[in-house]
Amino acid sequence: MNIKYFSWIRETVGKSEENLAKPETIASVKDLLDHLSSLSEHHATALRERVFVKVAVNQVHADHDAPIAEEDEIAIFPPVTGG
Amino acid sequence: MATVSVQLEDFDINGEITSLKDENNDVGAIVTFTGTVRDIGGTLQSMTLEHYPGMTEKELERIAGVAEERWSLLGCRVIHRFGTLAPGDNIVLVLTLSEHREAAFQAADFLMDYLKSSAPFWKKEQTADSESWVQAKEKDESALKRW
Repeated sequence: MNIKYFSWIRETVGKSEENLAKPETIASVKDLLDHLSSLSEHHATALRERVFVKVAVNQVHADHDAPIAEEDEIAIFPPVTGG
Repeated sequence: MATVSVQLEDFDINGEITSLKDENNDVGAIVTFTGTVRDIGGTLQSMTLEHYPGMTEKELERIAGVAEERWSLLGCRVIHRFGTLAPGDNIVLVLTLSEHREAAFQAADFLMDYLKSSAPFWKKEQTADSESWVQAKEKDESALKRW
């Protein structure tokens, strides 16, 4: 899986992307967020407030209960503020 | 067919209007919305817009496609800038053309509401002594219920 981070989530995690082999136990976006939170203090802090954690799977907005697969591009970011 | 652009450089509003208008003689209404960088009480030095290359273009095209299905438009153009901008600079242009004004007005309003809550952009404001990410507003999300 290719994971991308944006905005203050990127800054808090400390990197803009990382590649991860998907553990078999991970089936949904929520599972992935839980797994990432266990990787480091920085990840845990960035992903703590789940209401501010938005996700896109393969460049399409997705809910936290959306399924994910090994080949997916998953982006994690705060609520958008364009316009 | 709507066209969308995500770009560093500024846009020419009159040039965009002219090129769309010249394609169609049935145009009777042209609506433009331009979003600009607001200087909050004279303290803002710059604003930086981050985006998600690839998804941003897809999302803008998707929203423009919905507007074209819903309203009878004779032209539709969306331009959104990214990078570092100064107070007063243009950020976004939404341009809609139709035979009568209702379609152009409503489609432009719809496009801005959806763009604000779903296009993957993030604004960071820089002042002389600090910088901070702009927080999403609740009212932007609730504005979608109008549609």
